[in-house]
Amino acid sequence: MDLKDIPEVKINTDWCKSCGICVAFCPRKVLEMGMFYAQVAHPEACSGCKMCENLCPDFAITVTLPVKTAEKVK
Amino acid sequence: MDYLYYLRQSKMPHIWCDGCGHGIVLKSLLRVIDKLGWDKNDVAVVSGIGCSSRTPGYVDFNTLHTTHGRALAFATGLKIAKPQLHVIVVTGDGDAVAIGGNHFIHAARRNIDISVIIYNNYIYGMTGGQVSPTTPTMKKATTTPFGNPDAPFDISRLAAAAGAAYVARTTVYHYARMDLYIEQALTKKGFSVVEVLSPCPTSYGKLNKLGNGVDMLMYQKENTVSLEKAAQLTPEELENKIVVGVFVDKEQADYQEHYQKVVQKSHNV
Repeated sequence: MDLKDIPEVKINTDWCKSCGICVAFCPRKVLEMGMFYAQVAHPEACSGCKMCENLCPDFAITVTLPVKTAEKVK
Repeated sequence: MDYLYYLRQSKMPHIWCDGCGHGIVLKSLLRVIDKLGWDKNDVAVVSGIGCSSRTPGYVDFNTLHTTHGRALAFATGLKIAKPQLHVIVVTGDGDAVAIGGNHFIHAARRNIDISVIIYNNYIYGMTGGQVSPTTPTMKKATTTPFGNPDAPFDISRLAAAAGAAYVARTTVYHYARMDLYIEQALTKKGFSVVEVLSPCPTSYGKLNKLGNGVDMLMYQKENTVSLEKAAQLTPEELENKIVVGVFVDKEQADYQEHYQKVVQKSHNV
């Protein structure tokens, strides 16, 4: 699969407090807890539901949908 | 949407603990304001003292951080002086119904056009985990090490009884529902209250052995019942359940309308 077709999950490591909410609630288990902050372990599994972004209390996760999907959502 | 546009980035990251739900509520509020397309200069966020009341420090609107419990008193003055502003009060359970309890019920009775978002975490988090009026019976706080003997306030039913035009309760886990309720509250004419149950793993969770933020969110996920469903359940079945939903949604003349009439009459004298 072309990487451009999957959503991009970015983690702001300066703001992440490693509470683990995103890791626990991601339905596709995209994220894993690293030593100091959450990490995107399986980017290809992401469906772009934005659950992690909406539940992150620290404004540390940004999910950018690929252009095609973003147009469909509109 | 871009949350950073609405944040004072120099103040970030915020002071809320890891696993605290307050950031989720703030995000929901920002999403709703973004959806409604309100200009930053037309929004005023007012708060008192407490964890939740740190919110105005992080958002780039007109903000007012006031004395403990008096957020609604300041907001009332602000709304009357500048009726064109969208006045939003963010407050905690201790701030709203303990020290500010009287302001809260009288603002609801007056039905002034203010939206209140109450972050209810069952405890005074910032000052060290003292018991609050919403701490459930026999739950522990630092000031009640053997359990709280008092019955808790039901904030939503209190607001409904006091005469608010819109009252809803939700949890931070149900963020889509929270977006919907906050949007309805912000666009409602009259006094509107959204009570959001937010986990406090550092004080309440630790003292009552409820685990970390993830465990407390999981509890919300598994133990929430809607208002319609709750009506069919017995009190025993409802024990330890969280009842969410819209408690009141009614149209009625707000304070501004009545006040304008008084002003008109005074001019005629």
